[in-house]
Amino acid sequence: MAYTKRFDGRDWEETRPIEAKVGVIPRADGSAMFKIGNTVALAAVYGPRDLHPKFLQNPQTGILRCHYNMMPFSGHGERVRPGGSRRSRELSMVIEKSLLPVLDLSEYPNAVVDVFIELPQTDAGTRCAGITAAAMALADAGLAMKDLISAVAIGKVDDKILVDLNYDEEAYDGPKADIPVAMTPNSGKITLLQMDGEITKKELKKALEMAKKVCSQIYEIQKNALKEKFKVQ
Amino acid sequence: MLKEHLLRSLSKSIRYDGRKPDEFRPITVETGIIKSAEGSARVKIGRTEVLVGVKMGVETPYPDTPAQGNLMVNAELLPLSNPLFESGPPGDQAVELARVVDRGIRESEAIDVKKLCIKEGEKVWSVMIDVCTINDEGNLLDAAALGAIAALKDTKFPKYEDEKVDYLTKTKKSLPLLREPISITVLKIGNYFIVDPLSEEEQATDARLTVAVTQDNNICALQKGGETPFMPEDIEKIVDLVLEKSVELRKKL
Repeated sequence: MAYTKRFDGRDWEETRPIEAKVGVIPRADGSAMFKIGNTVALAAVYGPRDLHPKFLQNPQTGILRCHYNMMPFSGHGERVRPGGSRRSRELSMVIEKSLLPVLDLSEYPNAVVDVFIELPQTDAGTRCAGITAAAMALADAGLAMKDLISAVAIGKVDDKILVDLNYDEEAYDGPKADIPVAMTPNSGKITLLQMDGEITKKELKKALEMAKKVCSQIYEIQKNALKEKFKVQ
Repeated sequence: MLKEHLLRSLSKSIRYDGRKPDEFRPITVETGIIKSAEGSARVKIGRTEVLVGVKMGVETPYPDTPAQGNLMVNAELLPLSNPLFESGPPGDQAVELARVVDRGIRESEAIDVKKLCIKEGEKVWSVMIDVCTINDEGNLLDAAALGAIAALKDTKFPKYEDEKVDYLTKTKKSLPLLREPISITVLKIGNYFIVDPLSEEEQATDARLTVAVTQDNNICALQKGGETPFMPEDIEKIVDLVLEKSVELRKKL
């Protein structure tokens, strides 16, 4: 059976409904919430602050540390055991690398900027939602940034290239691919790229073009959320 | 320094943020906020915020209670909620928080665990409560306990067929709840008693007592914290204060 219409009725290039809010965790130096469909990501930034243990310190520059975590009740099926997994370690690492290119931490030698990403509820696309929330939280924390980072998953289901897969599409029984992409929306640089599945060179090119288009839409939402926090009443 | 300052204002019955000693910050309880959980609640007390989710599962019962469902409470003091919290395995504070919430629910017999039995000695429902802190500005204990009861009240069984749980289909069946315990923590600073502490007040505390009470005003769990001992008359004062304040918190459920 060919995939001719999306399970939730969306257009191929349409994301699920998005909500974004900045400053959701008052205790943090910067924070944000990004919701796309039923996937919710919270991000909090602490720092620049002292880095311990000391041997991790870099006298040349401050470092960025990201922590990605799914809450125990956020999964689709059974309870997710807390305490991290190989998956969450890898995601923390790729998220860190995706955010680093827009930051300049050279003014904060020996210090650390911690980014904590928590997922209270998930329906695929969690790393992209996490990155998008984290970028807003970093901006909210007042850190110097060369650009923002916006992220979205592009997918292939059967012969269709589409935007922002949900869980049902990710679990599709047939040819499929899942390509999370993070970009600097202004300069169009790709800072995260992963893929599971199988696609052609032509399809990849199309997927990246679609990612660029959608990331610029997400960027507008991020910008508006940041402006909203500092709006004069 | 901080403590002296707090004591000076408490002598005039004023708190750090202008509240009276026995006054809570505004409390909001929302339920049904996490689609992937069988039950959930978000509790805000002032700017303190916790999320509580309930997951259900089918497991073998414990050997000493073969005809009863299992209850588990876990707390994640997420490093996103407080600059002093660290990633990694739960520390003392997280374990205490989880156990105090657990005790309030277990000892009040809030859940009729006998009704969670599917097949004696083989299969029972287990109720797993996870408390995740979002923003810690004091009094996580009371927020977590309130959230746990609210989330239990919100819980619906998932479909169970052919010895498999179908998490995508929720039934209309609620948990068999018998009672609704309310936990309130009272802090002693110098000779003053306060409820609903801010983080700063928690730091300056001599001793604290968490009291869980049922709707028939019985005490179903206690936990003393802090290094300073209490006198018996302190306990009486605290319990009276808790009974009085529990009426207010119960209205939020």
